[in-house]
Amino acid sequence: MSHLEKDSFGAKLGMWLFLFTEMLLFGGVFILYSVYLTRYPKEFGLGGHQLDLVYGATNTVVLLTSSLFAAMSVTAIKTGAKKLTLGLLSGTIGCAFIFLGIKYLEWSAKFHHGIYPNSPKLIAGPPGESIFFGLYYLTTGLHGIHVIVGAVLMSWTAVMVSKERINAGDNVTLENVTLYWHLVDLVWIFIFPLYYLIL
Amino acid sequence: MSHETAMAEGGFWRDTGRTGIGAWIFSTDHKRIGLMYLYCVFGFFLVGAFLGLLIRLELMAPGPTIMTAQTYNAMFTVHGVVMIFLFIIPGIPASFGNLVLPIQLGARDVAFPRVNLFSWWLYAIGAVIVLVSLFTGGGAPDTGWTFYVPFSARTTTNVSLAVFGVFVLGFSSILTGINFITTIHRMRAPGMTWTRIPLFAWSLYATAWVQVLATPIIAITLLLVVTERILGLGLFDPTRGGDPVMYQHMFWIYSHPAVYIMILPGMGVISDIIPVFSRKPIFGYKMIAFSSLAIAAAGSAVWGHHMYTSGMSDLGVLVFSFLTFIVAIPSAIKVFNWVSTMYKGSISLEAPMLFALSFILLFSIGGLSGLILGAAATDIHVHDTHFVVGHFHYVMFGGTGFAFFAAAHYWLPKYFGRRYQEKPAIIGWVFMFIGFNILYFTMQVLGMEGMPRRYYDYLPEFARLNFVATVGSWIMLAGVAIVVWNLWRGLFRGEPFTGNPWGGASLEWSIATPPPTENFEEDPVVTHGPYDFKGVGVP
Repeated sequence: MSHLEKDSFGAKLGMWLFLFTEMLLFGGVFILYSVYLTRYPKEFGLGGHQLDLVYGATNTVVLLTSSLFAAMSVTAIKTGAKKLTLGLLSGTIGCAFIFLGIKYLEWSAKFHHGIYPNSPKLIAGPPGESIFFGLYYLTTGLHGIHVIVGAVLMSWTAVMVSKERINAGDNVTLENVTLYWHLVDLVWIFIFPLYYLIL
Repeated sequence: MSHETAMAEGGFWRDTGRTGIGAWIFSTDHKRIGLMYLYCVFGFFLVGAFLGLLIRLELMAPGPTIMTAQTYNAMFTVHGVVMIFLFIIPGIPASFGNLVLPIQLGARDVAFPRVNLFSWWLYAIGAVIVLVSLFTGGGAPDTGWTFYVPFSARTTTNVSLAVFGVFVLGFSSILTGINFITTIHRMRAPGMTWTRIPLFAWSLYATAWVQVLATPIIAITLLLVVTERILGLGLFDPTRGGDPVMYQHMFWIYSHPAVYIMILPGMGVISDIIPVFSRKPIFGYKMIAFSSLAIAAAGSAVWGHHMYTSGMSDLGVLVFSFLTFIVAIPSAIKVFNWVSTMYKGSISLEAPMLFALSFILLFSIGGLSGLILGAAATDIHVHDTHFVVGHFHYVMFGGTGFAFFAAAHYWLPKYFGRRYQEKPAIIGWVFMFIGFNILYFTMQVLGMEGMPRRYYDYLPEFARLNFVATVGSWIMLAGVAIVVWNLWRGLFRGEPFTGNPWGGASLEWSIATPPPTENFEEDPVVTHGPYDFKGVGVP
């Protein structure tokens, strides 16, 4: 492979490898979840019922919509529709902010009830409950950081699109950023049932 | 002579637009990045070695000798952190891998040159964070490099910052791994089939997969230590329902595969050096390449052997012990193939070859003592003793460390265009080899006799052997000093090094010395294997 031409296949290969590492990063958290779930099934059940299903479900819909926008933006840039691409990217970024806003409301409600890391209520409660909420904050917090990183990357990509550095012919960067965004979405698709639905 | 001097300073050394330090720290040239890694990892090797010397000095006699117990705890922690995360993990892959890999494949650079530079920056930033953590907050961490909870969650020393630094270093390691995998898949020159890739590149390929697949686990584990300390999630705190043994599992899921990040590139160096200095094609090319992948795969499933005494079911111990023995098979395949390569070869005992030969011996001793630790029954006896310390220094220093010096003597003249003197290199090697064995073999004996590791003080019956080990560390220091001084003086002021004096057949020996910035003026077409010495010319 010569250096003179851009290797978009190679760029995507690199991105997929990076996505593997992200999955393994969250994999560590999911391992802890499965181990502690088998150890404290009752407390996990009680904890899960305290989570707000409406917030969780809304956020799931928001993220899925954002992923749809992201996927459509790739199709749009390939046809050279710059304005449409920018609109769709703004839609994705907007969804990211809505997601974070809802997350903020959800966390504040929990804080209000005295459920936050190292809170007196959790320390006084049964050990499994403290573990459940510890994992809940860890997982959703780590995911939230990824949402923020994804939104920053999306904004940077939008700038590149508006400068036409990303265009109909050369758009692997946009494709890679949307791949990252789909991963952020996908991780949430696992977090949502594990914490909100099955317990 | 003037022509040759110009040659020695030409190639990629010539200024490429930027001047001063900016020409280096913002360069995306894989050779410049490789050299920057080399200077850094080598600097940290000297720092770590100095700390190791101080530890040995403290242990020379029973009771307090030169430092307090708390300082001693910090010393062995920082020695471990510096040597593992700052020297040995990036050591061969990031420095020599960057220098050599693209040229061996016939490429002009790695697949993602800017990511490559970014990963060097992450390494530098991570290193600075680790160094800052030693002198700020509650002082240098005193947990041991393994950062075991619950102690690491409670100690008042500056564990959070040190652990965060290691997290950043892990990110750097992942990006290098991704870059190398993509490079090997996409950047090979025409004719560079998978069975014509030099074995050093094969070993980097296996290493890169381990870097990509294992490092994220340590990243999340270290983040958990930080959140444990800052937020008090209680995930590893037994009083809150957490399980400290879970930490050990997650730590070793990465940190055991990480030892293969450390040793595999070393094995690759040896696989490239032995055939060149035996003037004979490598024996069992495919098996050596395959065994790298086999080690990487099998090595991912053996982490539990660090935890036989941590509270594990008998079945768990049995399974992990069995899997551990399986790793010995591909390692032995490599050793037998190296020895078979030398059989009836025309062996030339020059500095790179001497380091390579001592690698085989020291790695074999280290590997076999690893089986004593991998067998559950004997492990209970020697667990957490100096036997373990001796074992992993045989593998890590006797293996990877000696391979690092072998690579330095083999490849660096090619990049600097100047060479070291042969005689001091060999004298230095003799001191290193003798000192090494006095130091670490004595440790293994001490461990067998029951001396625990990481203890500040010990019983009087261990005094004599501890004294011997410390003397060994001085002999080794003398050897390292001679070797480093000789390399330094030779590479910057020595005789010009041109052509292909050792008769290597891989692509890096086919281009100008030092390599030009673009490596190849035209994409090379590869017509023969890396160990096909016909037509290369016998030196």
